[in-house]
Amino acid sequence: MSTAVATPSPPHSRRPRIPAFIAADRGGQVGLVFLVLIVFVALFGPFIAPHSPNVPIGIPGQGSIGGSPLGLDQLGRDVLSRALSGGRTALALGALATVATYLVGVMLGLLAGYARNTALDGITMRTVDIFISLPAILVMLVLVTALGGSSWVLVLGAAVVLFPGVTRIVRTAAAETATRGYVEAAVARGEKRGAILRREILPNIMAPIIADLGVRFSWSIILIASVNFLGLGLSPPASDWGLMISENRSVIPTNPWAVVAPALALVLLILGVNLLGDAYVRHLGRSSSR
Amino acid sequence: MRRIAAGLGTLLALSVLVFAATNVLPGNAAELTLGRNATPPALHKLEHRLGFDHSIAHRYGSWLGGLLHGDLGNSAVAVAQNAPEPSIAHAISTPLKNSAVLALITTLLLIPLTLLLGAFAGIHARKKVDHMISTPALVFAALPEFVTATLLIVVFFGWLGALPPVSLVAPGTSPLSNVEVLVLPVLTLLLASLAAGIRQVRSGVIEVLQEDYVHVAQLNGLRGRTLLWGYVLRNALAPSVQIVAQTIQYLVGGIIVVESVFSYPGIGTYLVQAVTERDVTAVQSTVILLAAVYILINLLADLLVVFLVPKLRTELS
Repeated sequence: MSTAVATPSPPHSRRPRIPAFIAADRGGQVGLVFLVLIVFVALFGPFIAPHSPNVPIGIPGQGSIGGSPLGLDQLGRDVLSRALSGGRTALALGALATVATYLVGVMLGLLAGYARNTALDGITMRTVDIFISLPAILVMLVLVTALGGSSWVLVLGAAVVLFPGVTRIVRTAAAETATRGYVEAAVARGEKRGAILRREILPNIMAPIIADLGVRFSWSIILIASVNFLGLGLSPPASDWGLMISENRSVIPTNPWAVVAPALALVLLILGVNLLGDAYVRHLGRSSSR
Repeated sequence: MRRIAAGLGTLLALSVLVFAATNVLPGNAAELTLGRNATPPALHKLEHRLGFDHSIAHRYGSWLGGLLHGDLGNSAVAVAQNAPEPSIAHAISTPLKNSAVLALITTLLLIPLTLLLGAFAGIHARKKVDHMISTPALVFAALPEFVTATLLIVVFFGWLGALPPVSLVAPGTSPLSNVEVLVLPVLTLLLASLAAGIRQVRSGVIEVLQEDYVHVAQLNGLRGRTLLWGYVLRNALAPSVQIVAQTIQYLVGGIIVVESVFSYPGIGTYLVQAVTERDVTAVQSTVILLAAVYILINLLADLLVVFLVPKLRTELS
């Protein structure tokens, strides 16, 4: 990427700098705290967990006891330890699905936008319309029926649900950018289509692409967690927050923490992602109105 | 007319996609239904009874033909179990009614609540009341339904012991005969869907409040309720129709997870059960049926908006 200009960082900066759009925004600050907390749990939770997440240590559904502040789940396993190790699947699968969403969505959007008002554009966008006309959870259920409930199917499902939105946004932005002088100059220089899309158009439409990254990421987390909750995704004994909530509904009367702990973890994760995304959108709004 | 054609076209394309996804990819329905350990003769027999020994194109044709006649086909699992009444239409008639009850009650509560809370937030924009309405609404809208539902169960069943954690409805009775089973599912759907409408009504009210004719009315001495109902709400209402329609459309998907959380005997629970059992024929017919409802609501909303907002009518023609 020849046009990407790396901003030189000061050589003696001791701590990583927080981007302005977070530092200057109350919602962004809260979101960052939530997300850092959850990422920390996902990365290091399994190492600080007091017990093994998969070994029963006492009476199923028992409330808080010594060494087990959040009590035990429906099989007698330590809720705290399971909650601490349940973040990886939510974060990793959500992130993978988001990456896949953007890979497909950006590529199709660029192609359709650059070829605006041609057959390629028309066919791509009509296909996208069809994918959008089915409720998200139905798409997930059809794919699970067809392919079974593995991690890859969850990632694929979330990407299939979410790529049309990205394609639409990228197509609109790319079609607009494609009429600019510098793109026409590149066409006149005889540059290849791939090079034009990558070097001339893509860098100039990054803002609208990043703007709803947060929304898509939180949506993939929600979709995957929902399918896990329905018992159609990851299978036990996986410690996944969505799966934990559904497993432990039977012990709500004796130990509500068994569902409250994973639920709160999901709440923090989703709100954190959304708050950061909103802060970025507000930042874009401010800088464009200046 | 063009919109109706587009809707039908989308539905047709969806039927191809859904059929292809559930039929072409792995193995076949008979195998999935009977499990891996099925004996070849049993498999063969079931395949024949389900019509799976025909070509894919032939099967798609007869499925689509059936759909057009209102025949949803037979459930593969029910046929495999030699159930006396294997037709999908028979199996889903009660769940569909139950789901309709749930969706209808939610919508009936949703519309006045949206208008009330949205107007309230709009009039007191950026004040404490506004934040007290808007912030929780946005938080609940961001959360997955099953998280909201589970937290509601913890509070209303676990702590207060006031409401049942599952919404069981005895076969042959209506969910309306035991209203308390409906409270938590409806509450979950409301919490998940209120925010979008509230935001829309709120910004509509804020916009109208800045119009000249409202200022003139204020200067003429109109105050409080008259001003609000006569001038502000009426003009903020039209754009809200679409958001209400979008919310109802949301319900088609949202109801699936919410029903499953509460084991409410509706179409969502039926579908999830069918997916769990890998009942391919039941899944494909139910999905297409729900997709048709979804597209139909979309279409009706478009027409209703055009009907209610005269400006759009002239712009279109």
